[in-house]
Amino acid sequence: LKESKRAVNSLRDIVDDDDDDLERVSWSGEPVGSISWSIKETASSSTSSLEGRDSSLQKGSSSYAALPKQVSSYSLSSLFKGRNKLPSFQSLSDALSDTGVKNYAPELRRPKAEYKDYSSDWSPKDTVRRMQRGKICSLERFRSLQDKLMLLDEAVAGHDGNVITAVLIFLKRTLRREILFRELEVRQVALCHLIHFLKETGEQKLLLDLLRFLDRTEEVALSQYREHLNIQDVEKRREFLKGCIGLPFSAEDTSHIQDHYTLLERQIIIEANDRHLESAGQSEIFRKYPRKASILNMPLVTTLFYSCFYHYAEAEGTFSSPTNLKKTFKIPDKQYVLTALAARAKLRAWDDVDALFTTKNWLGYTKKKAPIGFHRVVEILQRNNAPVQVLQEYVRLVEDVETRLNLATKYKCHDVVIETYKDLKDRIQLTAYKCKVERGSAEEEKINSILNN
Amino acid sequence: MAAHLSSGRVNLTALREAGRRELREFLDKCAGSKAIVWDEYLTGPFGLIAQYSLLKEHEVEKMFTLKPGRLPPADVKNIIFFVRPKLELMDIITDNVLREDRGRSPQRDFHILFVPRRSLLCEQWLKEQGVLGSFIHREQYSLDLIPFDGDLLSMESESAFKECYLESDQTSLYHAAKGLMTLQALYGTIPQIFGKGECARHVANMMIRMKREFPGSQNSIFPVFDTLLLLDRNVDLLTPLATQLTYEGLIDEIYGIQNTYVKLPPEKFAPKKQGEGGKDLPTEPKKLQLNSAEELYAEIRDKNFNAVGSVLSKKAKIISAAFEERHHAKTVGEIKQFVSQLPHMQAARSSLANHTSIAELIKDITTSEDFFDNLTVEQEFMSGIDTDKVNNYIEDCIAQKHPLIKILRLVCLQSVCNSGLKQKVLDHYKREILQTYGYEHILTLNNLEKAGLLKPQTSGRNNYPTIRKTLRLWMDDVNEQNPNDISYVYSGYAPLSVRLAQLLARPGWRSIEEVLKMLPGPHFEERQQLPTGLQKKRQHGENRVTLVFFLGGVTYAEIAALRFLSQMEDGGTEYVIATTKLINGTTWIKSLMDKLEPAPF
Repeated sequence: LKESKRAVNSLRDIVDDDDDDLERVSWSGEPVGSISWSIKETASSSTSSLEGRDSSLQKGSSSYAALPKQVSSYSLSSLFKGRNKLPSFQSLSDALSDTGVKNYAPELRRPKAEYKDYSSDWSPKDTVRRMQRGKICSLERFRSLQDKLMLLDEAVAGHDGNVITAVLIFLKRTLRREILFRELEVRQVALCHLIHFLKETGEQKLLLDLLRFLDRTEEVALSQYREHLNIQDVEKRREFLKGCIGLPFSAEDTSHIQDHYTLLERQIIIEANDRHLESAGQSEIFRKYPRKASILNMPLVTTLFYSCFYHYAEAEGTFSSPTNLKKTFKIPDKQYVLTALAARAKLRAWDDVDALFTTKNWLGYTKKKAPIGFHRVVEILQRNNAPVQVLQEYVRLVEDVETRLNLATKYKCHDVVIETYKDLKDRIQLTAYKCKVERGSAEEEKINSILNN
Repeated sequence: MAAHLSSGRVNLTALREAGRRELREFLDKCAGSKAIVWDEYLTGPFGLIAQYSLLKEHEVEKMFTLKPGRLPPADVKNIIFFVRPKLELMDIITDNVLREDRGRSPQRDFHILFVPRRSLLCEQWLKEQGVLGSFIHREQYSLDLIPFDGDLLSMESESAFKECYLESDQTSLYHAAKGLMTLQALYGTIPQIFGKGECARHVANMMIRMKREFPGSQNSIFPVFDTLLLLDRNVDLLTPLATQLTYEGLIDEIYGIQNTYVKLPPEKFAPKKQGEGGKDLPTEPKKLQLNSAEELYAEIRDKNFNAVGSVLSKKAKIISAAFEERHHAKTVGEIKQFVSQLPHMQAARSSLANHTSIAELIKDITTSEDFFDNLTVEQEFMSGIDTDKVNNYIEDCIAQKHPLIKILRLVCLQSVCNSGLKQKVLDHYKREILQTYGYEHILTLNNLEKAGLLKPQTSGRNNYPTIRKTLRLWMDDVNEQNPNDISYVYSGYAPLSVRLAQLLARPGWRSIEEVLKMLPGPHFEERQQLPTGLQKKRQHGENRVTLVFFLGGVTYAEIAALRFLSQMEDGGTEYVIATTKLINGTTWIKSLMDKLEPAPF
């Protein structure tokens, strides 16, 4: 790669013509004259002349009555014009073999008036076929349930979702709800289309009724739960979530929904409290690190981070304390330690970090333990610009020798490197490392003394 | 403009021409000057069919982007909305129409062009808003299959996979069938149809039915395609989840290719002249078109990224040498000849410069530690290592809050490579994801489960090892520089979908019946009768042409693998690829995620 880069660069000296002219490409790469480029062009030219034109448009309001001429209406079958000749794909190929026939894709052709015929006695099959070709048909003729169902079955057989949906709209309007549901239950494809269509158009109530009728309880639950996203007001959202807890979710999901509710409830309390604290200006932590955003609707782990950042020392009894959150939501140790570490490291509270990994056994001896592995601890500390003294304490605790050496070398924890080589009795590496430390420094002395022993 | 479309075995310019003709016919229906209001999503696909000049020839004077509010006051006779049949777009149109100044003179006529199909639901919606009557022409433009390259067609239907596998809405399959009918009208009836999967079965059924219902479609064109292979995306859920490792695949993974265009960070493409640098460093992303019209790109797009560097440096030497020749040009004739080659040389040079920059950008990422770790885990899963327990790397990524889509890709990959996860493992991942990214993602997880991407192992049996071994999905000795097998596109993993295509051509699916039964959906074969006289008499040594249609999306790496098969000396089959949408793991998962934001209007 480097080689080709060099070659390209050297070529630049040879050819100094600006080749952008050559390509006729605007900087953004859109070839001049492409559609999206032109939209920008024509749109900007029209906005600039906007004021001038507007005034000239004031007159002539008398022509209001001139409504569009060929108003076509959806269900008026009398306006329907069609062709009784079956469109053939033949014409498409003709068009291409240059025989002069220009039309292809016959659906797009305007219906010719001379083929006008009325739709009074089309079978369901014909009707569906015509609709598939994008034509508008009156469905009102299908009065009996049997006819309507035949129409639906025909539409389903055609696989065209557009037509299926159109028929469903008609059935939904003209059939009693129980009958519609009952008939759809045995017509799965049509049923799926109706569900999709109700979701699209936001007819939540009918959708829930339908799902309930079908006994698809879990879907009812999820679909209802989904609604909370449309509620902006947190108090209302919380109330809504409370109502969701009893819904027939799967066992696993139920506990998640419960947690979601509890979390929002907590967040509302914490938010009110902290907003007050912050505006009062009494609390040092809020003065020093003003909050960037509200904690409402944040994920659980973010909330935990927040509470480790602002409320670390609080007793377990308070809602905002990290230990309380950990207990309430059964946050695994690993997750908890990671989050707390990140938060405390960000505040450069190294004592807290130390305490996080210190355990005392019953004899009173202390021991360092990290459920996430000390190499991860080192990474997180390093990302938060921890000083070498702090860093090397944890590098030292990395169990795997190779990883320890790598990390120690990478972050210049000289003492750890030296000690490790000493333990490994690796004279060669130790000698080699001498050039990495500063001349005349304590580290160099240390290496020398080890080598001399 | 579209020369690259005719470079392949099948001349796809004809399809583009047909599309252009249809567009012109519609525009001429609305007599007089016009403005087009665009559903922004459509400008990309339309750009592959026509340029602004074509529209201008048909009196299109202004073009705007569809947005709520008052329409700009263009002095035209017609306002035409080019839109997809989506309800939210109908709401915007309604708003536009209602705010139109009824007093203006002369009045402007409204029209709608639905792409690809008129929707009765949308029209009903407009009717309820009381504006349906305002439209004089309501028509459809069946932009089903859009030619992307000499061997590539796409419907660019973003939601096709979701609709088919999540919502059981088969409308996009209907469009696919219609697109295939159009293709057959242009390129002759395809005598053999093979397929695997539920959706494939549906499409084949629809094609046969459509043929029966339009007897006129019996055409007299000599068939160009010998075989059609219809493949459901859910037969191979694995491939798109893995990171593509071809040049084009990586460009798509990292920057996203849309309608053959890619937007790149501008820094690497800074002005080249000395003294100019620093003055106006571009801040807008650099947009480049990527297709086989560009000689160099055609050569490197399908290579494993590790093989791209050497090609670029070789090209650099050739071009340098060519420029050096000017010193040897002594006579007027020689100089003249050098000058005449200059434009071509400059184009080659700028192409080389661009791809060197892109390759550098990509290299920065592929050499990063995280890319390596991620790839290692993917490859472990695909080769069947440790797929049945919670993976450390995935846990770490969650803890560090890497993008959710990345996590979902990995977890789904693990699930697919293990024929579903153990309940305990699945629950663990779910809990971690919900706690870290928010409980509302329960809806997305549910969608993934419904689509079969993430599921508990129900049968207690893991079929993947059998499938992997029989289809040789994992190759240990992969040659990235001079590949001898399709597995080079994922540096070891041979895409299942393409393996199916390969085995169909030789020795035939009968040899893998057992595995086919393990994969979802039926497999089948259909024959379409050709009129006598059109039956093909193959010349000796002439390759067969197979159209592979991916229902639910295809990745660039899979396309590369099929192109590799086309180019194999003794392959005997050339492939043309069609799909509902060009995808990668990220765009695919995104299409399945629950829209968490409420609609903006």
